[in-house]
Amino acid sequence: MRAAPLEVMTTFFPGKRGTAPRAAQRGVEESSLAKWTLIGIALVFCVGFLLLPLLNVFAQALAKGGAHYWRSLTEPDSRAAIRLTLMVAAICVPLNVLFGLAAAWAIAKFEFRGKPFLVTLIDLPFSVSPVVAGLMLVVLLGQQGFFGEWLAAHEIKIIFAVPGLVLATVFITFPFVARELIPVMQAAGTEQEEAALTLGASGWQTFWHVTLPSVKWGLIYGVILCNARAMGEFGAVSVVSGHIAGLTETMPLRVQALYEGATTATTAAAFAVASLLALLALLTLGVKSALEWRQARAERIAASGAGQR
Amino acid sequence: MARQRHNVLPGFSLTMGFTLFYLGAIVLIPFAALVLRALELSWLDFWRLATTERALAAYRLTFGASLIAAAANGVFGTLLAWVLVRYHFPGRRSLDALIDFPFALPTAVAGLTLASLFAPDGWLGRYLVPLGIKGAFTPLGVVIALTFVGLPFVVRTLQPVLQNLEREVEEAAATLGAGRLRTFAQIIAPTLLPAVLTGLALAFARAVGEYGSIVFISGNLPFKTEIAPYLIVQRLEEYDYTGAIALAVVLLVFSFLLLGAINLLEQWSRHARRPA
Repeated sequence: MRAAPLEVMTTFFPGKRGTAPRAAQRGVEESSLAKWTLIGIALVFCVGFLLLPLLNVFAQALAKGGAHYWRSLTEPDSRAAIRLTLMVAAICVPLNVLFGLAAAWAIAKFEFRGKPFLVTLIDLPFSVSPVVAGLMLVVLLGQQGFFGEWLAAHEIKIIFAVPGLVLATVFITFPFVARELIPVMQAAGTEQEEAALTLGASGWQTFWHVTLPSVKWGLIYGVILCNARAMGEFGAVSVVSGHIAGLTETMPLRVQALYEGATTATTAAAFAVASLLALLALLTLGVKSALEWRQARAERIAASGAGQR
Repeated sequence: MARQRHNVLPGFSLTMGFTLFYLGAIVLIPFAALVLRALELSWLDFWRLATTERALAAYRLTFGASLIAAAANGVFGTLLAWVLVRYHFPGRRSLDALIDFPFALPTAVAGLTLASLFAPDGWLGRYLVPLGIKGAFTPLGVVIALTFVGLPFVVRTLQPVLQNLEREVEEAAATLGAGRLRTFAQIIAPTLLPAVLTGLALAFARAVGEYGSIVFISGNLPFKTEIAPYLIVQRLEEYDYTGAIALAVVLLVFSFLLLGAINLLEQWSRHARRPA
């Protein structure tokens, strides 16, 4: 097991399904009154605290009617925000996939000194407040920053422009793919690759035909988590965006701008944009559950196979 | 060196080189920039900027609300993990999937919908506000948002530990005549404690840096409902870069201390789960 300090922070735990007691033995189970009271509290808490907020997003989004909902999503500034969010994610996710594959290959398949330190450094963005992450980029690339004058002289705009949004998002989502891939690649070992190489496959062929298929599901898992965070990031992009409607507003920033309009119409519009992000969250949860279900089934099959031997 | 064992595999220098380059460009250089700018401050200036009255009020709210939220998560998270692992009931799997919802939902949306739920005309606020429980634009709102954001940490840290708990020990306790409550208090709770504390610390760490959800629900009034990350943004908007940097350093130092504590807790937790 790797020394991952903030494991839970981002990994939606590949949840293993609960094993409820098969035979209720006397003294090892609570009385059914206690049991159902606890279940009741859990249900009320989850419905009130998790389900209601979700339903509320859609109820508020449609509060002014379907036509207003549609207008809110299709007005130019909202369309621009949706486009920008998709574009930022489309740049950020492939970059972090490339990094994740490279880092996982180096860390999982080779031994070298300082490996735990490297893994800690990869996790670093998780322990930095998003606002502080944004501030780091401003300090480096902003007008008063280290490269501010040089960038201004060459008329390159990063902070308060789209490149800044991309950099902030890449920083925040930096560890997602790598930390899903590293344990999966470590578990896969190196025998398969060694066999392929012995049989005359080139390095790239080995990677494409042996390594990549063996880590496919971990990779997909990392990608959906990375994508969800990239599209939903608020704090870091808020610091570097400059909040120019139609130009540097991503969807979460558009939600805030509309909310600050403080009329019932703009609030409903804010919820309309937010409803798309909530749908993204539901989609992410759906894919995640499907992947976990698949993994649990594979484990059960593997376990029953081992039992018969 | 152990590297000899794997040296038939190609690509180490390529992948390692890219990893270090990318890590440096994306994370380490911006990080170093902040540290360098912070070092330009004298101790006196740093102290003055980091401990203004307004900053102290913001720390108090940030750390206080994060602590209360983490404690609330400790209670409800433990209960949820227990119910999800130990009981079979209709809807258990949906409930289990729903636990990750705060992770998956963008924080801005979480803040937006919670603010509207607890507003005087909201679904929950219309019943709670007449009782004097005001969730929107108050410090309580900050606690509510932080509890929402941190909920999955305790549950997801505790679930695998509960699953691996050996039922034999409980059975032995029962055979020896211990009641269910006594078994829980003396056998189960001590085993779970390290994992609960780890989850609590993770939720706390996340809460201290949280920004997106709070902005919507707290109202951001200086000295009243303003959190430290929001104050950093305010300083930046006033072009007070050194002020923002000083506050950021305080948050960073705190995060790293907490990270160290979490590492220790995890070691303890692994140790506790594997008795000799």
